This record gives sequence, structure tokens and C-alpha cells, in this order.
Amino acid sequence: MAHITVEEVEHVAQLARLRFSKDELEEFTNQLDAILRFVGKLESLDTEGVEPTYRAIEIVNCFREDVVKPSLPIEEVTANAPESEEGAFVVPRII
Amino acid sequence: MEFEAVIGLEVHVQLKTESKIFCSCSTQFGAPPNTHTCPVCLGMPGVLPVLNKKAVEYAMKMALATNCNINQTNVFARKHYFYPDLPKGYQISQYELPLAEDGWIEVETEAGKRRIRINRIHMEDDAGKLIHDELRPVSYVDLNRTGTPLIEIVSEPDIRTPEEAASYLKKIRQLVRYLKISDGNMEEGSLRCDANISLRPRGRKELGTKAELKNMNSFRHVQKALEYEIRRQSALLLDGTKIIQETRLYDASKGVTHSMRGKEEAHDYRYFPDPDLVPIKIDDTWLEQVRKSLPELPDAKMGRFMEEYGLPEYDAKVLTNSIELADYFEQAVRLYPKAKKVSNWIMVELLKLTKKDDHDLSKCNVTPQVLAELLSLIDKGTISNKIAKKVLEEVFEKGGSPSQIVEREGLAQVSDQSELSAIVEQVVQDNPKEVEKYRAGKKKVMGFFVGQVMRKTKGKANPQMVNELLRKLLDEN
Ligand SMILES: [Zn+2]
Repeated sequence: MAHITVEEVEHVAQLARLRFSKDELEEFTNQLDAILRFVGKLESLDTEGVEPTYRAIEIVNCFREDVVKPSLPIEEVTANAPESEEGAFVVPRII
Repeated sequence: MEFEAVIGLEVHVQLKTESKIFCSCSTQFGAPPNTHTCPVCLGMPGVLPVLNKKAVEYAMKMALATNCNINQTNVFARKHYFYPDLPKGYQISQYELPLAEDGWIEVETEAGKRRIRINRIHMEDDAGKLIHDELRPVSYVDLNRTGTPLIEIVSEPDIRTPEEAASYLKKIRQLVRYLKISDGNMEEGSLRCDANISLRPRGRKELGTKAELKNMNSFRHVQKALEYEIRRQSALLLDGTKIIQETRLYDASKGVTHSMRGKEEAHDYRYFPDPDLVPIKIDDTWLEQVRKSLPELPDAKMGRFMEEYGLPEYDAKVLTNSIELADYFEQAVRLYPKAKKVSNWIMVELLKLTKKDDHDLSKCNVTPQVLAELLSLIDKGTISNKIAKKVLEEVFEKGGSPSQIVEREGLAQVSDQSELSAIVEQVVQDNPKEVEKYRAGKKKVMGFFVGQVMRKTKGKANPQMVNELLRKLLDEN
């Protein structure tokens, strides 16, 4: 049966660059645990010999030809950016 | 204790398609920031990637050229990590079912030819570029490069020395250039290399703890970084200190590697199959079609040059270094069939004039036609070897045709018997002392006489005839 620990939630939060308070961590752990338990019900089914389904459709080889089409106008590209300069997005420095 | 290095390389190659791997934006380098972006490569929610068929075929070409098995079914997976140059929050790569596996290439080493095995080749999308501000604590994000198709070629840990690593990389570069699937330029980032390296006592089977080296932007850097790392790790091991498994960055200015220390924490990429991209199925027809489109590869070409043109191994190797040089040679030989002579003139004279390491003669004034014409002029006795070298340099610098230059500048060899006789007689007459010396047995003075005749004819006298005429005249009495 699925069961998630506070440590695991903390780890996932860290990977997602999110920081939570102790209370929040506890709350999310409970919520995630409930979700996992619910989904975990699927494990009661016998899936012996059944291939996993990764996609809703059963097609293969969906290609496009190597042809350039116009990109988005730069005003639209940066429209949602909190800060941009000469077309570049400006973000807090990460090194 | 003597240590042996165990090295594996991960090489990223940017594919030279016109458009990106999952959208129709241009891959062209040097555009203003973010002008080659769209909702797909910007990672906006709800968009769907569609795979560029040419990128797959380019990757297949490399897989075939490196003797890999191509997986009939291969799929894309998401590799998750957060960084400002990766707008989707994941890279689309291949994990469980890569395009190709289990290949090898042969590389030149000090100990002869060695086979380096290739673990896998997979396709993925490139990230964007970050430029850090010098003054403010901000970075500028340019996503033009985001979505450029890449292949990653992962070697087995079969490489034993830094020289072998450089040799392996050069072979990879040669192959991608032969296949015309990438520029293969390390300085510009179209070929990138990370290295895994560990040491073990010579003769031991078990692997030691490895370090991953990054930030090497040239063949020299790769070699230097590995050399440094061997020194660092052996010092630690001899000291009884444990090696820490970590990523280290090469600092080219100091020639050392630094630990990245915790910068990227655990590799926890949470791979899972990308539900937005359907599997690639490669049937025999498609595979054969791509196989047939492969050019003759370097090793095969080199063998053929030795066989067909009777060239020594060294010549064949130099001439097949790039496909352009090999084509150049073959075009010249078609017009002037003395292969060894063509080879000598290309290797000794022409490559001396071109930039070092840049064997691309496609824009060179000395076309195969020019070279063939020049060599025919020597054969016909119109010009000497020495003059021919001058003419070659002139065409190389300014263009034009050899016969025209010879005519315009009056460079044709003087082979006229009576004209030469008169000059030779004059020289003998003007130098009685030297004549005496010669006749007294100092045969070396001959060089002086030849030199005098050459001076008077500005180097254009037929040397063979000058020698004969002089000997005749001096030995007469
Ligand atoms: Zn795009």
C-alpha cells in the first residue's frame, strides 16, 4: 500500500525548488498520502501479462518534415515575462 | 603502485537540421535573443511536440556509422530538472529504449588501432543559453537554442589514456562531418564532451570511484583535464584518501578541475515515458534506405585510396581526413592520373598554404583543375618544379590560371639550346678563375656556374640542359 513520508515530500519539494513551512509539509504529506492510497487501489487488480499503457492512442511514427516556419513575434514571446531586456528573459542569477 | 585510468566519454552532437527537433523554429545560430522561439520550444502549457523526421535519420546515420544496433522501437522520455535554460522543466530524451545500442569505432592509439565500444546513442533536445550579468545578480535567458536536435553518444569505459580520449573524439568528429549531420565544432559547442574517469591499480578488474568532468571546450581541454585528473586521483589514492564521486569543472586558465560541490545534488531525474510523443518504429525498408544514403566512410575510403591509387598509408590517411579533401584529390586525379604526384602536391604544397587543421579546399582558388593544369605544365617541361610552386602560391593568393600566369609573367622555362648555350658560354668566359679551379679537380664549382646561369635567366633555365651544356664546355679542354 502506498505511503508517503514527510522526508519524501521534502525531497520532491526540493527538486521542484519549492520551500514549505513545517505545517505546510505536514498538510501536503497527508493530502498526497490520501491521493496515493486512492490510486493504490489499482494495485488490487491482477495486471499479470498486461503491457503498461503510456499513451491514449496506438499510433507510431508521427513526424514533420524539416521545414522552418515563422516563430512567434518577440513581443508575444516576452509578453508574460515579469522582466525582459532586448528580447532576453531576465531571471535571478543562478550559478 | 601503478594506476590505470578507466575513461568513458559522453559526447553531445548538435544535428545540422534546418528546424528544431519538436517544432518548426529555425536552428540558425546568431539570431537576436528569443526570435527563434514558439509556444512549443518556450515550454508553454498545452502544446504538443512533433518530431522532425530528418533529425531521426541523421541520428540513424551516426548509429550505422558506429556499428550500433538500431532499436526497431524506440521511445522518448522526460528527464526532469529545474534550470532557467530549460523552460519545460524537463528535457525530452531517450532512456529505456534509446535509438541505438552496442556499437564500436576503431581509433588510432600509440599502441596501434583499438576498438572503443559504444554503449548507446540517443536523441534529445538542447537547452537554451544563459548569460550572466557582470554587475546585477541576474541572468539573461535566450531560448533560441532550446529544441535544437542533439544526439548523445555514450562510450563504454574502454578508453585508457587522455590521448586515446582525444583520438576517439576526433574520430567522432570525422564521422559526423563525413555524414554531414553536424559541424562537429567543439569551440562553438556543436560537439560537446563530458568525461567519466576513475583509476585502479594496473591489472585489477574492479572499477574505482569515478569523477565526472565537464566544461571542456576543445580537444586540448579534454586531454589536459584528464591528465590533471589522473595526477589528482593518483595522489589521493597513494595517500590513502578516498575518491569522492562528484562532478568537476575544468578550469582552462589554470589547467585544473574543481569540484562542483552539491550544485546539482542527487541525480534524481524522475524519468518517465513522454506521453506526448508516439514511439518511433524503424522497419527494414526505412533502415535500408538510410543505410544506402551513407557515404563511403573514412576507414573504407582510406583502404580504397591505398588499393586503387597505390598510395602509401600515410598519404591515404591525410587525404581521407575530411571528405572534402578526399573528393578534391579524386577530382584532381581524374584530370591528372599520376596519383602519388597529386598527393605530394596536395599534402606538401597546398595544405601548407591553407590554414592549419582546416582542410576545406572548397573555397580555395587552387581548384582540382588548376592543380592538374599546373602538374601537366611541369610534365611538358614548360615550367620547373620550383617555378610551379611559385605559380601555385600566386593562384592560391590571387586566383587565375597557371598557363596564363606563366605566360603573363614570362615564367616559361628556357629550353632553347642556342639561347642557353650563349648564356653558358658567357658565364664561363666571365669567370676564368672558377674555370681553373674546376679543371684542377674542384668539381664542386659546378654549383657556382649553375647558379650564375640561373641568375641570368631569373631561375627559368632548364636545369638539366644547363648542367649538360656546362659539363660539355668545361670538360672540353
Ligand atoms: Zn519553436
